[in-house]
This record gives sequence, structure tokens and C-alpha cells, in this order.
Amino acid sequence: MLEIKNLHATVDGKEILKGLSLSIKPGEVHAIMGPNGAGKSTLGYTLAGRDGYEVTEGAVEFLGQDLLALEPHERAAAGLFLGLQYPVEIPGVSNLTFLRTALNAQRKLRGEEEVSSADFLRLVREKAKELGLDPEMLKRPVNVGFSGGEKKRNEMVQMAVLQPRLAILDETDSGLDIDALKVVAQGINALRGPDRAILLITHYQRLLDYVVPDHVHVLAAGRIVKSGDKSLALELEREGYATVAA
Amino acid sequence: MSAPFTLPSKRDEAWRYSDLKALEAAMMLPDAADAPVSEALSLRDGETLALPLAITGGRADVTRSVAVAPDATAVLDERYSGGGWLNPQVSLHIGAGATLAHHIDQSRAGDALTTARYDVEVGPGATYRVHILNAGGQLGRVELDVRIHEGASVELGGVLLASEARTIELVTRFHHIAPDATSRQTVRSVAADKGTVTYLGKIIISEGSQRIDAEQSSKALLLARTATANAKPELEIYANEVKCAHGATVGELDKQALFYMATRGVEPAEAKALLTEAFVADAIEPIADDARREAFAEAATGRLRAMVRGA
Repeated sequence: MLEIKNLHATVDGKEILKGLSLSIKPGEVHAIMGPNGAGKSTLGYTLAGRDGYEVTEGAVEFLGQDLLALEPHERAAAGLFLGLQYPVEIPGVSNLTFLRTALNAQRKLRGEEEVSSADFLRLVREKAKELGLDPEMLKRPVNVGFSGGEKKRNEMVQMAVLQPRLAILDETDSGLDIDALKVVAQGINALRGPDRAILLITHYQRLLDYVVPDHVHVLAAGRIVKSGDKSLALELEREGYATVAA
Repeated sequence: MSAPFTLPSKRDEAWRYSDLKALEAAMMLPDAADAPVSEALSLRDGETLALPLAITGGRADVTRSVAVAPDATAVLDERYSGGGWLNPQVSLHIGAGATLAHHIDQSRAGDALTTARYDVEVGPGATYRVHILNAGGQLGRVELDVRIHEGASVELGGVLLASEARTIELVTRFHHIAPDATSRQTVRSVAADKGTVTYLGKIIISEGSQRIDAEQSSKALLLARTATANAKPELEIYANEVKCAHGATVGELDKQALFYMATRGVEPAEAKALLTEAFVADAIEPIADDARREAFAEAATGRLRAMVRGA
């Protein structure tokens, strides 16, 4: 599903990713762990196509397409979702307008029919309820005045509505209390399926108690230095990055 | 009867950022064949007056006056269209205790020039609510001189949109001449290409005009580095017991928000349209009448969508 080969990327002229390779198959859950400054967020932003994140070498294939040749919104329509560590506030644009515009833009680009307002409302309310976000909050501007936990729940609602093929979740678990963490895990687990894959980018092992990964990778200094199964996460927690990644 | 127009100079602060070259050239224009007649009108309680203002070309100086009867509630809808140079001078007299909802739509096309001047007298205890969409022509200028009497309340919402090489201006002088009154101005400007938006807002509070609450908020958004936004708040306060707040900002579209929207699949032009519509909404939302508010928002949206496609 996702083939990253020898990816090098720079930010402000500084090389952050230095030859990262990773292969994700449908149905799999991968976790990338690593210390601060290893390039975890850069990986997410580079795959999503953020301005200023420049690929200098390597290739990324996503569902048979050259991912790096696509614009950010085309990557989303192709089935890529990036859950942000700090979801952005958009004053004046309601969650409902934002999400309906996004869903219909994706469907249009894929040559599918737009969803009707009634069907959309039903869908988004149902997902919000499942994920413990008050449906009334959907009428409010995107993330404005939302607590940290509410913002992350909102990311999960967006993901549940957009149903991406590959979800990259960048520190979605950071700063959450245990209840919010469980909701986020529930959102991720609900998306799991034979056609979909999930890439968790995280600093801590905590989330992996609730979303059990098939593969765990250690990212250090812009490369994957070690891969293993879920026991690697526990080892990291016990021994620390310095020991395991050495 | 027509209001004479003397060409101002750049030294005149109120004209400093204007397109005087265009006006100088237009001084030579012949009188418009279809100039609207100057008239004096009055509005009684419950009345709505729709005043279209259009010429096909040439130049027209028009003088109009509208009086709203005391304690009446009335609506005045003005729509500027067509080409040429329209130079209307409008006097509004809002009687004591009356309420006037005034809507100005200046979305003239192409190289039209507009220099509209309003003299508004807001009587004791009266309410004046004016909402302006100033978006069309080579030069679109709306000037409002408002004299605010005791206990009166004034609300102004302005949306200034300048694409291509347009110069779009709003010049307000709010003169609080008596105590216990309020005024609130909310101006949202968007400039693209080589467009220029200018808001000059002056508030004068005369001696003895105590307990005035005057507020002015101006925000401008530049969609291109070649566009220009000018904002100049000016306060002259001669009373000591007043509340006067003003704020002016100039910015660009939030890149983080644009990226966030893209990661969800929203196309760049659509994302910019949503953000600019949200930006001008502050000046539109206070329009009380649902149908007019929607029409106003729709007109602004249509313009903005064309602007972001080019940006």
C-alpha cells in the first residue's frame, strides 16, 4: 500500500530525513517511535505534502501512484489522512461546512457522486456520538475553543467520516487523559480493516496498549534504525531510546 | 440640480490613497444622457425604498435627500450599477426615535467610477444601521459623514473588495455631537492582484458628549504581495467620560489552515474561498433581515471566489 524508499527530505535547507525506507501492506498497523528531533513529524508532513518539506531523494508509492507527484488535496482524495499533533483552529468555518466540503471534494476528485446534506448530517452525527463528541460542537468553528481532548476527538470524527485508506496519526495521543486516549484508540481501531492501514507516530508506548501494532519501528536521526513486533515498544519503554537505538 | 465636483489633491488626507488620475481623466467626460433625476424623498413607518443608481456612461452628479419620519422603522436599499462616473451626494435625515436599515451595494463593473458621499443626521434616540458592499469599478469610493445626536445608535458594516487594479475606499467621519450614544464600525477588506483597499475612519467626540461608546474594528486581508491595504483610524475626543476602542490589522491567509484543509481533501481555491468568506462574515452577520443578509453574503461570496481563483 505504501512503499517509502530511501526518502531524504529537508526543511529550511536542513536535512531531517536521511534515507528512510518503510513498507506498509493493507490491513497492517505500524508504529514509528523515536526521540524528539528524530524526524517523526517531518515524515508525516512530507508524506502529506506540506510546503517547505522538500524531498531531495527517494520515492514514495501509495496504492500504485507516485505520491510525491500529487498535490496535498489530491493525496487526501487518494486515501491519505494525516492526523495532526496540533489540529488547526479555523475561525468562521463550521466543522460541518469544513467536513462536508472535504468529503465532497474528495468524492468529486475520485469521480463519485456528492453526498446529500441529509445523508452527510446523519453520518457525521452518528460518528460524533460514537466518538464522544457533542454533535452540537459540529456547528461551531473548526477547533475554535475546543480543549486538547476535543480537538483530538474531532480529528477522529473527521477520519471516521472520510474513511481514508491510510491514516498517519502524528502524536495523536499526546496530551490526552486516559478517557480521551481510549476514545482515540477506539477511533483508530474502528478504522482497522483488511483494505486499510494505519501508521502511528508516537513518542510513548501508552497508545499501543489500546491499539496493538503489527510492526514497531525506531526512528532516529532521520532513518529507521530498528524494526520489530509490539515487544519492541515495551523494550523501548523499559530501556530508553538511547540504548535500543544504539 | 447637481453637486459640483472639485478635483481634490493628494495633500488632502481623505484623498491621499485615492485614484486621482482616473478622476482627473473623468472630469472631461460629457454629462450622462440617462442621469437619474435629483429628488427629495421621505419614508414613513414600515416603508421600504429601493433606489437603483445607474448610468450607461458619461458623468452624472446626483443629489438626493431622504427623510425618515420620527419613530418610523424603514429600509433603504441602494444599488449602484452601470458604467461611467457616478457622483451622488445623498442626505439622510433620520428623525427622533426612528430606525433606518440602509444597504449599499456598489458592485459596478469594469472601469466605472463611483464617488458617493453621504451626509447622515441621526436624530435623538434614533438607530441607523448601514451595511456596505463596496467592490466594483476602477474607483469605488463611499464617504459617510454621520452626525450622532443624544441617545442614538449607529452600526456600520463594511466589506471592501478590490481585485485587478481597483481602488476601493471607505471614508467615515462619525461625529458624536451629544451624550449617551453608541457607534460601532466593522470593516473587512480583501485585496488581490494590484487592488487597493482603503479605510479611513475618524471619530470625533465633541465637548460635553459624555458616556459615548464608540468602537471601530478594521481588518484587511491581502491575497497577493502586489495588493495594498491602507487603514487609518483617527480619534478626536473632547469629552472625558467616553469609551473608545479601535483596532486595525493587515494580514495574509493562514497557511496552516490552508494546509490543514488540504490534508482533508479541500482544493486550494475552495479553501481560500472558505477562509475569505469567514473573514468578511463579521461585517455581514449583524444584518438583521435574513433575506438581505443572505443576498449580501452571496454577492460578497461571488466576488471573493473570483478573486481567490486569480490569487
